[in-house]
Amino acid sequence: MSAITSTAPAEARQAKRRKSGSKFPNGFWGLIGIVTFLGIWELVPALGIVEAAYLPPASEVLMTLFADLALTAFWVAVGETMLAWFIGLAAAVLLALVLGLVIGMSSFLRRATNSTIEFLRPIPSVALIPLAVLLFGTKIESSLMLIIYACFWQVLIQVLYGVADVDNVAMQTARSYGFSQIQRIRDVIFPTMLPYLMTGIRLGAAVALILAITAELIIGAPGLGKEIQLAQSGGAIAGMYALIVATGLLGVAINLCMRIIEKRVLSWHASVRGENAA
Amino acid sequence: MKLLKSISFILALPVLLILWWVAATLGGASFFVPTPADLGKTFIETWVGERMFTDVLPSVQRLVLGVLGAIVLGVLLGLLVGMNRTARAITEPVFEFFRALPPPVLIPVLMLLVGINDGMKIAVIISGAIWPVLLNTIEGVRAIDPVQNETSRSYGISGLARIRYQVLPSATPTIMAGIRQCLSIGLILMVISEMFASSSGLGFAIVQFQRSFAVPEMWSGIVVLGLIGVIMSFIFQWIERRVLRWYNGLKEVENAV
Repeated sequence: MSAITSTAPAEARQAKRRKSGSKFPNGFWGLIGIVTFLGIWELVPALGIVEAAYLPPASEVLMTLFADLALTAFWVAVGETMLAWFIGLAAAVLLALVLGLVIGMSSFLRRATNSTIEFLRPIPSVALIPLAVLLFGTKIESSLMLIIYACFWQVLIQVLYGVADVDNVAMQTARSYGFSQIQRIRDVIFPTMLPYLMTGIRLGAAVALILAITAELIIGAPGLGKEIQLAQSGGAIAGMYALIVATGLLGVAINLCMRIIEKRVLSWHASVRGENAA
Repeated sequence: MKLLKSISFILALPVLLILWWVAATLGGASFFVPTPADLGKTFIETWVGERMFTDVLPSVQRLVLGVLGAIVLGVLLGLLVGMNRTARAITEPVFEFFRALPPPVLIPVLMLLVGINDGMKIAVIISGAIWPVLLNTIEGVRAIDPVQNETSRSYGISGLARIRYQVLPSATPTIMAGIRQCLSIGLILMVISEMFASSSGLGFAIVQFQRSFAVPEMWSGIVVLGLIGVIMSFIFQWIERRVLRWYNGLKEVENAV
């Protein structure tokens, strides 16, 4: 017994060290990583390993990116991409939430739809690209169709898991206290489902960006992807790389925002509370 | 009786949907939606025969090569980085950036660097699909129970034996979750790399049909892609069940207690 208690502080110290990195904070190492990466990128074309015409040095690309940041056209493209991203994600979440609740709450519907869902889910959304072109051409609706299809399944599956996870005792208690259907959804099912739903939305947000960019790149719907395609076919190689870096930064920003929102919304939930305490 | 019931549960909705489709196209097919009979006929005419060997199989081959490459490279690199705390801290922001980068934007880059050929398409698949495997391997290795690591150390298990018997098995559940994502990204990239720059392959054929307004042929191509996705998902689930049998069993025991 005493042996166990005596190791506890040592373990805690070790855990602390593990968390913060050995001598320097993790942020410092991360910065070194970024600088090294940019340094290699700078050197590869400078040493002639890859022709600078195909891979401009990092400094040139970053300068172009900064120049882009001052242009209205750049922000218009970002806005168009984000608009498709947001509408598509919101529509998919709403649709999946409603259908997920309806299907998840009835064991009959769950069993009846299982095979169809398992069959439709792995169909790649890009298979719909030709259909989208035929129906909507290069308008934003093309992007929306792909985004909604891809995100819908991500969110629906999570909602179904979430509804299935509802505690039977809690449900029966609610029933015997005479909770109405709406009360049961709001006070019993929703809190259980929320962590799952947030996971679904977080995954869906990343997928939505991928498909927004894909639709713009392949179909030519307005947005960053189309600008990349135009830069590439116009031979503005540094511009193309700058836009690609911008797309990646947009992705990082979306991931970070989603994680923050998830933490806020689930601040009451054990999984998040545990993380904060540790 | 029980078997009959579960079979009818599996088949009822698909049959209803197909009946609805038949009924909806009964009064003459619209331009955009072919009748089921038309689609079936076109499907066989289009894909069974020469096209199978010129378009479908090469695409599938590229997909398999790309995905296998992404898995092998991702796991190796992930083990290398994940087992060293400093390496983890250094690479984290750069890897996060590449994970967040939508993989299709890599197509124009690789077109420039590699040129338009089979190698480019495989490179696109690898460079897009590697990130979930890589990051999940790193995370899986990082999250290994420290007691396990210390046990290995005190028993003098190190090097390859430690990776083989302790690190890899502990990280496998997380790695498998990464591989699942890697498969769907790989399929997406296979299709769009062919739509973007190619003169053969499934993606190219489908776009060609769409441009020439051969609508039933286009739909049959969509069906082929769907079938590939479904088959891949079944194969993956089968492998996952076998690889993680010990893990699922362990979870069941833990849940029972």
